[in-house]
Amino acid sequence: MMDKNNNLVEARGLTFHFGSRVIFDGIDLDLQRGKVTAIMGPSGTGKTTLLRLIGGQIRPSAGTIHVDGHEVPRLSRRELFELRKRMGMLFQSGALLTDLSVFDNVAFPLREHTALPETMVRDLVLMKLEAVGLRGAQRLMPSELSGGMARRVALARAIALDPMMIMYDEPFTGQDPISMGVLVKLIRDLNEVLGLTSIIVSHDVAEASQIADYIYVLSQGVVVGQGTPDELHQSESEWVRQFMQGMPDGPVPFHYPAGDYAEELLSRGGGR
Amino acid sequence: MNTFQQLGHGALTAFQRLGRAHLFLFAVLAGVPSLLLRLRLLIQQLFSVGVLSLVIIVVAGLFVGMVLGLQGYNTLVDFGAEESLGVMVALSLVRELGPVVAALLFAGRAGSALTAEIGLMKATEQLSGMEMMAVDPLKRVIAPRFVAGVLSMPLLAAIFSAVGVMGGYFVGVGLLGVDEGAFWSQMQSRVDFNEDIMNGVIKSIVFGVVVTWVAVFEGYDAVPTSEGVSRATTRTVVYASLAVLGLDFVLTALMFGEV
Repeated sequence: MMDKNNNLVEARGLTFHFGSRVIFDGIDLDLQRGKVTAIMGPSGTGKTTLLRLIGGQIRPSAGTIHVDGHEVPRLSRRELFELRKRMGMLFQSGALLTDLSVFDNVAFPLREHTALPETMVRDLVLMKLEAVGLRGAQRLMPSELSGGMARRVALARAIALDPMMIMYDEPFTGQDPISMGVLVKLIRDLNEVLGLTSIIVSHDVAEASQIADYIYVLSQGVVVGQGTPDELHQSESEWVRQFMQGMPDGPVPFHYPAGDYAEELLSRGGGR
Repeated sequence: MNTFQQLGHGALTAFQRLGRAHLFLFAVLAGVPSLLLRLRLLIQQLFSVGVLSLVIIVVAGLFVGMVLGLQGYNTLVDFGAEESLGVMVALSLVRELGPVVAALLFAGRAGSALTAEIGLMKATEQLSGMEMMAVDPLKRVIAPRFVAGVLSMPLLAAIFSAVGVMGGYFVGVGLLGVDEGAFWSQMQSRVDFNEDIMNGVIKSIVFGVVVTWVAVFEGYDAVPTSEGVSRATTRTVVYASLAVLGLDFVLTALMFGEV
């Protein structure tokens, strides 16, 4: 076990290729227990891929990832499933099971993994739903929920088994200001109250800086900046400044790589 | 890429998929025993895969039987053998049309629905979500659907044949005046339980496995976009139908071919 430090998740030299595309090129991450860590970066930097690597859904091409002392890629399927029972993950879409009601969705992990009597399942589900403020919506089907509500139900489901950590995949994307505020508060509160470790993958600078204790900024497969939100806002790095302040052009070019503009306009190019 | 490269690439991709499909089948079969503890999941699927396919099977069976009665009568009457109509209708249905047509309809009705459902579950991250909740989607989602398909198919084919025989009876005896006693007694004496009925049942079991396997695999292997799911659904119907017809020839040759 690696209790020598206080890291719940540790990645060393993490490398991942998707075909010939390099998604991660030897990144190191330390995610501390009990903290909210944000992984930020522009769209397409493989932030979601990182969560899948941590959750063991895909294996790295090289390097190691330890979660709570276990080296994730080396776990057998059974061990991996045991570990996942202690990890919650909130997908961007919520990933609620569309054929089950809100109540049954939250009850799903309890019914699958425990032999609790139905009365206790009911109490637990109501407690989790109350925590996200949706006890009144227990009978609704997922299709009747707004995007923000669906994410809160998914959050209730993610904490159903009292996990040690929760991974949030773009929790703020496509939310109106009110539900955004609700989610920001919920993520922070749950982390405190339940003693969780939270990992947030996001490109919403303002919200993430508001709740994160520590931020990693990724781009093109490497960590380009890390630190507390304040440190990053003061960063000297041009790249980090461009990202944190949302400037359209800078080290990250506005243009997708292309050949010479004038030449392409003047060429007679018949089709692609 | 030149033509040869494309050919090679296409062949490799096809074999890779075939390999994945087989590994997938073994994984699903490994999940079947745990289903015994959760019969509720299976019963739900038996309803949506089997019971909901009943209408199309019964209606199609009736019409196919009626057409057989009509066509059979017109041919047999030239030889004065119209009393053999019952045998002809029953043998055509039990040996061939029952299993084959029911399987084709099953692929179109239930197979496409299975693929679309599983593909959409994949596209909306429901399958990933289950995996991250330490629930194996192969056991929880695929296995019940697979078993339900395999169990439903022989029953649907049997119902198809039975309704078809009734259709032939209505047309032959009711409309065209074939002798009722001869219709049934010839059928009874000339249709053999092992040779005819059981062979038909074996066919429909094989078709049930193949159609459901194709359907659940295509859904599970679908590209998780709306285009990907629509392609997967089309592939299910095309591949499953072709597989049924091809296998029907092989099985018929094995069962009835005196080579």
